[in-house]
Amino acid sequence: MTDDPHATIAAIWRIESPKLIARLSRMVRDVGRAEDLAQDAFVAALAQWPDEGIPRNPGAWLMTTAKRRAIDQIRRDETLQRKSEQFAYDLASNGVQTDIGATYDDIGDDMLRLMFLACHPVVSKDAHVALTLKLVGGLTTAEIARAFLVSEPTIAQRIVRAKRTLAEARIPFDVPAGVERMARLSSILETIYLIFNEGYAATSGDDVLRPELVEDALRLGRMLAALMPNESDVHGLVALMEIQASRMRARVGPSGEPILLLDQDRSKWNRLLIQRGLAALAQAETLAVTSGPYALQAAIAACHARATTPEKTDWIRIAALYDALAQLSPSPVVELNRAVAIGMAYGPQAGLDLVDELLDEPTLQTYHLLPSVRADLLSKLGRAAEARVEFERAASLARNTRDRALLLERASRLAASR
Amino acid sequence: MRFAVLVKANKDSEAGVLPSREMLEKMGKFNEQLIKDGVMLAGEGLQASSKGVRLRFDGGRTTVIDGPFAETKELIAGFWIVQGKSKEEIVERFTHVPFDRGEVIEIRQIFEAEDFGENLPPEIREQEQRLRSR
Repeated sequence: MTDDPHATIAAIWRIESPKLIARLSRMVRDVGRAEDLAQDAFVAALAQWPDEGIPRNPGAWLMTTAKRRAIDQIRRDETLQRKSEQFAYDLASNGVQTDIGATYDDIGDDMLRLMFLACHPVVSKDAHVALTLKLVGGLTTAEIARAFLVSEPTIAQRIVRAKRTLAEARIPFDVPAGVERMARLSSILETIYLIFNEGYAATSGDDVLRPELVEDALRLGRMLAALMPNESDVHGLVALMEIQASRMRARVGPSGEPILLLDQDRSKWNRLLIQRGLAALAQAETLAVTSGPYALQAAIAACHARATTPEKTDWIRIAALYDALAQLSPSPVVELNRAVAIGMAYGPQAGLDLVDELLDEPTLQTYHLLPSVRADLLSKLGRAAEARVEFERAASLARNTRDRALLLERASRLAASR
Repeated sequence: MRFAVLVKANKDSEAGVLPSREMLEKMGKFNEQLIKDGVMLAGEGLQASSKGVRLRFDGGRTTVIDGPFAETKELIAGFWIVQGKSKEEIVERFTHVPFDRGEVIEIRQIFEAEDFGENLPPEIREQEQRLRSR
């Protein structure tokens, strides 16, 4: 053990709490109550372990303690008398004592149920993120609040309300089947990718990257891939995140400013993450006849990852992948990216023509990348004055202070070179 | 944060003795849990140092030294690359590694981008800025 038992116990909480909550949720059919039970067991550990030492299998200790409390509670609860007999029977036949050593065999099913529950459509997307990080990721409310730059009570409230909604709606603790399964799975994937992006391309605040959130999202994605090894889309998302995360070190300059993909020092790309991403992409492509949106984006990211220099980038393939993506999940942002790829593959004028078609797109009116892409293409066409205006407009729309600074710098560089 | 978990060599690993079937099974289970928890990035076992080579760099001269190398306890027999929230988390996870015959593992944190931010020598910072403004 390390010197500080409390730090060790906090680490054990992080490792064990998702499994505890998952298993207890199945027992008591209420995730809020399951979390309380897990926390109670943890409080008992805090009281006991510093003096008596940490048990050899802390997970089993916590699970046994929590299960005993669950049984006590259920027995006390008059209205659930009948159920309690059933639970007590189930528990007796499973054997609380014999749990030790084999605590988490087949825990996977419960973890998967927990993931589906945390991203259930009866609660908001913000709540999906908070619940997933807290229940599945084992983060504390304080850590989530810090990562999202909101106050701790806000996150705590959000979680309490979401748990109440789930309880009131009597959402079953199971993995949905059929059509519902695909819709609900995409909600999990969306949640994980939202967490990733909040870390990778922080939408607000002063930092471009919040590496902790990127790691949390990666970990959740890898967990899900282990739980659903046959789902192409899950591997597609993991591939996309691994490859994007491989550029973390190259993406930000020494004073925290963002560096664009083509300007990045590729020797700083993390080869291990690239290799993991390419493997996950291959898995995703093997499992599906046609690639899903994440796998397509991962395939685009892979084109960059495979190019040893920016000049070697296969822009024609990237443009084709964006075509496929635009057909699969059409969106103005995808169109904008397609325009960039076309501009690189077939010349800036071809790109600009596409971008100009997007100028009236209502959803892009406040999106700083539209004028920024336009500026870039204009400057390549030698139309510096127009490009400068567009860079300045992009800067005025950027919400991240670092992005704004970069855009203003590009504007002033154009002014200087005239 | 990422960590390298280094497995120190011992007489067996240096003699090229392969792990027992039982050990392989236990280790497989341990690794499976690391994968299921989404924390394992890589893990490999290394062959004996008798099959290894050292390069030594000295004032422009490079010496190539063939294995085996004497100081067994200083050698590495395998490694994991794992991701975790704290050193304590990794320590806790690896207290459950199925070793029980005097094996030693060493947990070392890997440098991350943010660890360099403030410490980059000015000339490298300038070089980066030049590269970027091309």
